[in-house]
Amino acid sequence: MYDKDKYDKILSSYQKWEENKIVKLIEKFPERKKTFTTGSGVEVKRLYTPLDTKDMDYEEEIGYPGQYPFTRGVQPTMYRGRLWTMRQYAGFATAEESNKRYKYLLEQGQTGLSVAFDLPTQIGYDSDHPLSEGEVGKVGVAIDSLKDMEVLFDGIPLDKVSTSMTINAPASVLLAMYIAVAEKQGVSSDKLRGTIQNDILKEYIARGTYIFPPEESMRLITNIFEYCSQHVPQWNTISISGYHIREAGSTAAQEVAFTLADGIAYVEAAINAGLEVDEFAPRLSFFFNAHNDLLEEVAKYRAARRLWAKIMKERFNAKSEKSMQLKFHTQTAGSTLTAQQPDNNIVRVAIQTLAAVLGGTQSLHTNSRDEALALPTEDSVMIALRTQQIVAYESGVTETIDPLAGSYYIESLTDKIEKEAMEYIRNIDNLGGATKAIETGYIQKEIQNSAYKYQMQIESGERIVVGVNKFKVEEDQKRIILKVDPQVEIVQKKKLQKLRQERDNIRVKETIDILTQKARTDENLMPYILEAVKAYATLGEICGALREVFGEYEQSVIL
Amino acid sequence: MERPIRVLVAKPGLDGHDRGAKVIARALRDAGMEVIYTGLRQTPEQIVEAAIQEDVDVVAMSILSGAHNTLFPKVVNLLRERGVTDRLIVGGGVIPEDDIPFLIQTGVEAIFTPGTSTKDVVEFIKTHVKRQ
Amino acid sequence: MNIEDRLLAGDKIACARLISMLENNDKEAEEILKKLYHKTGKAYIIGVTGSPGAGKSTLTDKMAKKLREAGKKIGILAIDPTSPFTGGAILGDRIRMTDLSLDEGVFIRSMGTRGNLGGLSKATSSAIKVLDIFGCDYIFVETVGVGQSEIDIVKMADTVLMVLVPNMGDDIQAIKAGTMEIADVFAINKSDLDGADKTKLEIEMNLDLNDSKAFRPKVIKVSAIKNKDIDTLLEAIFEHRDYQMRTGNFDIRRINNARQEILDLAKEDLINLIMKKAVENDFLNTIVNEVYKRKLDPYSAKEELLNLLLN
Repeated sequence: MYDKDKYDKILSSYQKWEENKIVKLIEKFPERKKTFTTGSGVEVKRLYTPLDTKDMDYEEEIGYPGQYPFTRGVQPTMYRGRLWTMRQYAGFATAEESNKRYKYLLEQGQTGLSVAFDLPTQIGYDSDHPLSEGEVGKVGVAIDSLKDMEVLFDGIPLDKVSTSMTINAPASVLLAMYIAVAEKQGVSSDKLRGTIQNDILKEYIARGTYIFPPEESMRLITNIFEYCSQHVPQWNTISISGYHIREAGSTAAQEVAFTLADGIAYVEAAINAGLEVDEFAPRLSFFFNAHNDLLEEVAKYRAARRLWAKIMKERFNAKSEKSMQLKFHTQTAGSTLTAQQPDNNIVRVAIQTLAAVLGGTQSLHTNSRDEALALPTEDSVMIALRTQQIVAYESGVTETIDPLAGSYYIESLTDKIEKEAMEYIRNIDNLGGATKAIETGYIQKEIQNSAYKYQMQIESGERIVVGVNKFKVEEDQKRIILKVDPQVEIVQKKKLQKLRQERDNIRVKETIDILTQKARTDENLMPYILEAVKAYATLGEICGALREVFGEYEQSVIL
Repeated sequence: MERPIRVLVAKPGLDGHDRGAKVIARALRDAGMEVIYTGLRQTPEQIVEAAIQEDVDVVAMSILSGAHNTLFPKVVNLLRERGVTDRLIVGGGVIPEDDIPFLIQTGVEAIFTPGTSTKDVVEFIKTHVKRQ
Repeated sequence: MNIEDRLLAGDKIACARLISMLENNDKEAEEILKKLYHKTGKAYIIGVTGSPGAGKSTLTDKMAKKLREAGKKIGILAIDPTSPFTGGAILGDRIRMTDLSLDEGVFIRSMGTRGNLGGLSKATSSAIKVLDIFGCDYIFVETVGVGQSEIDIVKMADTVLMVLVPNMGDDIQAIKAGTMEIADVFAINKSDLDGADKTKLEIEMNLDLNDSKAFRPKVIKVSAIKNKDIDTLLEAIFEHRDYQMRTGNFDIRRINNARQEILDLAKEDLINLIMKKAVENDFLNTIVNEVYKRKLDPYSAKEELLNLLLN
């Protein structure tokens, strides 16, 4: 970026500064630590100067918002045009209770819904399955059939809200239920807006709610891509998630690397299934974590955007700009929340919110202070939502686009993360792609190593967590927390029993038989799943039929 | 030679968050213990069977989904039914403070919540293991 | 009931406890084995070895399941390395066998190598005996195929199964160099991967070169994860068993194993005995020093050491 003369001049003045100001000073007053690092353990220099960005090509690598390589943002006007979608992930107990919480959130100014399902739903078991014991309604809402889904969205016009559903292995079933509810409301599927997570690879890597083996899962995913491109064109068909990879303990660069490697695998699967890249790629979306190291996180989002744009353009020959845009949802980091002095979490979340916004997120969930203890109370959720609103309306960071661009530190860190991520992606390519790298345990192992290192740094005191290993206080532990009534499981089971008695069981069997049959062919399964859903076949019955044909994934654990 | 303490690290229930379980498994190994890791989605019956066949001294379980009040006591009771009472049983995860007395009362001897140092877990196991 | 009767009654808790006691060199447990030794020898022992990640555990799981369908009682010993630095170990093979874990007729035990000289094969052969008395028809002993101590373990087996995967590159060289000879059956796992045929061919060519053995090991392509061709693999194992029975090799093998075991046990006790005497009054250090200073030669030193035993 600089000519040689100018560069040399800066270099010599920099060296002079170090000699004159620093060397003697730190002899007398040593710095606090020998080395300084980011939250991910990347070494940080004392000072960043134009010397660190000397090779930066502004037009090529940074450019303009809404323009390749999208380093500065995917929309041309970013938050000057429209703020990000404030979307609090919520759901617990029964569909009735969750429906109430959604209505409350919409009244409070939230602009999109985000549905949390309980674990049996996420793993394709009905509430009365033996493995569901103790889990019904705990981490999200229990959905057994279309009946529950009708209650969940009762009184919420599905043509007006956009809905994000954290559902992966059985994503096609829940999407089918959503389409069926909309139909009953008189809303056609082309009007529906929202996202299903539908990202099975990170389930194998980090989150654990898988059902079927990779090949069969990939087929369900590409079935959804294809079906939605024709029938639900405004739907984001996948949310390729680094969030859980980071929660499992990865570094920022690993989060970018493994997420984009998964993304590459999905694109390849879709292309292999005969889809045109520009047909489905614009509906791919991403989901990242926001940790406490504000500047590293901002650099991370920028690096991810740039790298994905390059991958889509150069590796997959995408022609449409929309295919190259990495749009992402962000959630603040659950793993950074502490059970100790939980009100401190409000501050952590505020910093993380700022990171996501300065990084140009399209939507955001902010965690509540009490989530290291239990599900959040309504009061805590309110503070979390208000945090977003304060950043949006009071902080001023939304008034100009990508305000940290050009910072010597931010730009060099953006480069560094991009390079490290590219290196990982190369390794994964050499192993035969993300699916193979997961099967051999390579990705999991890398993450576990980072997680263990991080934990040891906390225990040695090398890394400070306020309230945990420093500034501790004796706490009176009595706090109001939200608890799911154990009755929920009983109520849900009764509802399910009633449904099984009242529905047309012959029709259910018919639709399940057809689905089983079609699962053995190459046909797109979405229409058949939709038929079964409409006949009030349960989630467990539908997934059970597919389990029968596809088998189940066996975890590959390497410790 | 001192014999190594054998620990079963188990994930009961459906939750897939195993960062904590894996970090603990490594830390226990590094403290010289033999760790048998069960993997995800274990039923209480499977955990009890593994604890018996592996003849472990300690059963350490982790749950983040909120199913602890159902699943932890079930493991303890199943072990008792089999006549196994000489094992140390501990739990960890996102567990609200006011659930802890109940869990302790049912026979889980310690509950480790987020922020616990692995050193404390190692220390607790070493000082509380029941069999010599 | 005492532990001995409980073991005979098929009590898993007693079986597990006894294995631990033997692992910890417990004398009482050894006495029990002395008493019950005449009940051993019924189980057929299958050693499963191969490089890490070859899928040994999953394959063992699938073979065990097939044998269960035929009503056989199964024991599985899964051996993983102990860290030489901390003495700890993570034993993770069980994860791949969770669907067997509630089967009444299956007993799975994970063991760490614990790094003590000779101790591993002793602990393993003791555990095999316990499972034999416990009534297992088949006992799988699974271990990573590197290092002499692991090779010693699989030698205790009646049939050794070597598990390989396609595209191993250099690994195949390592196998050629050391462990190829001990295999009675080869399984090429993950056979749906490209290169499975090539790997099979490579093994076959190697077997052609080493055609000294009277029995030609079968090379079977399988997929443990997809539960494919497990029957064929078991057939190959049975074929090897039947061959041995027919030719008398089975007896020869077990006689050799018995000889080896007696000598190993004696060697271990002898060393322990010598060491115990040798450290008294710092005797060992003294003669070591003298040898170092060239005041004494190592041959005479050894004689002095052995003389201790005679006093």
